[in-house]
Amino acid sequence: MNEKDVKEGNVIIKLQDITKSFDGEPVLQGINLEIHDNEFITLLGPSGCGKTTTLRIIGGFETPDSGSIYFDGREISDIPPYKRQVNTVFQRYALFPHLNVFENIAFGLRIKKVPDPQIREKVKQMLILVNLKGFEKRNISTLSGGQQQRVAIARALINEPRVLLLDEPLAALDLKLRKDMQNELKNIQQKTGITFIFVTHDQEEALSMSDTIVVMANGSIQQIGTPEKIYNEPTNAFVADFIGESNIVNGIMIRDYEVSFAKQTFVCEDFGFAPNEPVDVVVRPEDIDIVPVGESMLTGEVTSVTFKGDYYEIIVDIDNFKWMIETTDKVSVGQTIGISIDPNEIQVMKKSEFSGMFGDYSSFSDELDRLSDMTEGAKE
Amino acid sequence: MKPGSFFKKAAAAPHIIWSVMFIVFPLLFVIYFAFTDNYGNFTFDNLTGLSVYTNTFILSIGFALIATVVCLLIGYPLAYFISRTDPTKQKILVLLIMLPMWINLLIRTYSLMSLLDNGGLINGLLQTFGLSKIKMVGTSGAVILGMIYDFLPYMVLPIYTTMSKLDKRYIEAAYDLGCNNRQVISKVVMPLTVPGVISGITMVFVPSISTFYISQKLGGGTFDLIGDTIERQFQNEITYNTGAAISLIMMVLILISLAVMNKFADSDEEGGIIV
Repeated sequence: MNEKDVKEGNVIIKLQDITKSFDGEPVLQGINLEIHDNEFITLLGPSGCGKTTTLRIIGGFETPDSGSIYFDGREISDIPPYKRQVNTVFQRYALFPHLNVFENIAFGLRIKKVPDPQIREKVKQMLILVNLKGFEKRNISTLSGGQQQRVAIARALINEPRVLLLDEPLAALDLKLRKDMQNELKNIQQKTGITFIFVTHDQEEALSMSDTIVVMANGSIQQIGTPEKIYNEPTNAFVADFIGESNIVNGIMIRDYEVSFAKQTFVCEDFGFAPNEPVDVVVRPEDIDIVPVGESMLTGEVTSVTFKGDYYEIIVDIDNFKWMIETTDKVSVGQTIGISIDPNEIQVMKKSEFSGMFGDYSSFSDELDRLSDMTEGAKE
Repeated sequence: MKPGSFFKKAAAAPHIIWSVMFIVFPLLFVIYFAFTDNYGNFTFDNLTGLSVYTNTFILSIGFALIATVVCLLIGYPLAYFISRTDPTKQKILVLLIMLPMWINLLIRTYSLMSLLDNGGLINGLLQTFGLSKIKMVGTSGAVILGMIYDFLPYMVLPIYTTMSKLDKRYIEAAYDLGCNNRQVISKVVMPLTVPGVISGITMVFVPSISTFYISQKLGGGTFDLIGDTIERQFQNEITYNTGAAISLIMMVLILISLAVMNKFADSDEEGGIIV
């Protein structure tokens, strides 16, 4: 089950058993990761999960306490940043305030002593690529956040790196701009064919942009896979909760293809567990169907209904466990409804250190969720 | 009139009174004396008569320039080194730089004199080892050394301040874009610390050019700098006017050099430095 489902191709960067601690506090505990040519890979996790440290180790700004990094099969653990074929788009950009847009972008080529006419030509191409034609002479401080973002990308890409590292590059932009930049980044990645390693705490951003998502928590990798795989087949309660909304309940895997939870036995598509192994069961809110009480697998009382525009988000109390359901059916608070779950909508996961921490909506509040998202962003 | 503005004015009053009494009036006095003779009649003679002091001016400017350049050459790397060490060490190192500033300048100059004197510590040591004495006090080197020793902290501190405020990400970005250690300093650290360098230069050059006791103590009376000349003029009531004229010229010279320096700093940055 859950075999790694990642992009095929040449491995360009390989991290092997990387550990790192700051002041005795472990930040990374045994990171193993392969990154492929032309891949858009996202390191996703809450603040403090080690995603930025992993990126900084690839960039050469931190040295791991143990373990090795390979670039094209060659170990680069001791190679300083300026000798790596890697460039970085920094959080809040770090554009040089003493140089204008042109000179910021030209910086890497000037260091390499590229002749002037060539620099002018390449900067021009870069400005077209990032949609900033005519901004050459502008001062950095006169640019908006989105424009600075583009300059930062151009400044990194002009060096034609094999790998581009992006450290929460969109975190400082407003929602609308962030969506535009997501598309644009994806386009640039496809146009240039450069491997992008993208760090974010925003699961939606990760889902919509990445070829591969690496979910991290507490300094270790929880799951590596395509966005679909991560969403549909999370490996543990942390991944299921962090990516999208999930109902996570305790269950028993009776035998292959048969799991029991909420005092019922369900047919599922999972196998490979020990008989009667305790498991975590994930059911996504949008995968639950509301059916007439007589035909239902489970019944419960609606405790809350929230109108979300194109759907209703309802909380249903089934045997004291609060389930979240996203539905287009109109129901009202206090009503008893029946629900049905198809076998392919059930995801069975092994018990983990995160079991029991997530997935119950008894104390759910939309506002709190959004607030915690915001503080997450501010902390990074 | 808004109610707030009265209080604002009242709060500013002590400052204004202070400025008028101790900055504007003295300046007006200097200008008055510079343009009058002993009997209070208007004259240009004080200023035109200053040509005899041309060599004094040149010598003073020369000494101050050398001291400033040496302070910069020592102070800049020192400030860079301090800003790179870990925070606890930084505090101790900054304290060590500031410590001499808490001791009176005159005492520091005297102690330097007792080191360099013919019968001083260094020559004493030389003699113990059977070497001949070296004449130090009374040489231009001693005077310049005195200036460097006395004013070095004023170079280090402002540069250190801009350096420690320098965002580490600029340095990382420079490494990322292919700079080696030397290029990081020349392409990013130096341009971004220009404001600190400018104030460091100002804070060393201005006191160096106007000092009098350093040249008196360490120059052994051999050198007559502007500071010495001004001091001498004001010891005698008859030469007050000449003293005022020299002071005025020096003030103008300093103002011009500051203006030039600021202009230079601005034009270098294409639209100004972000401090």
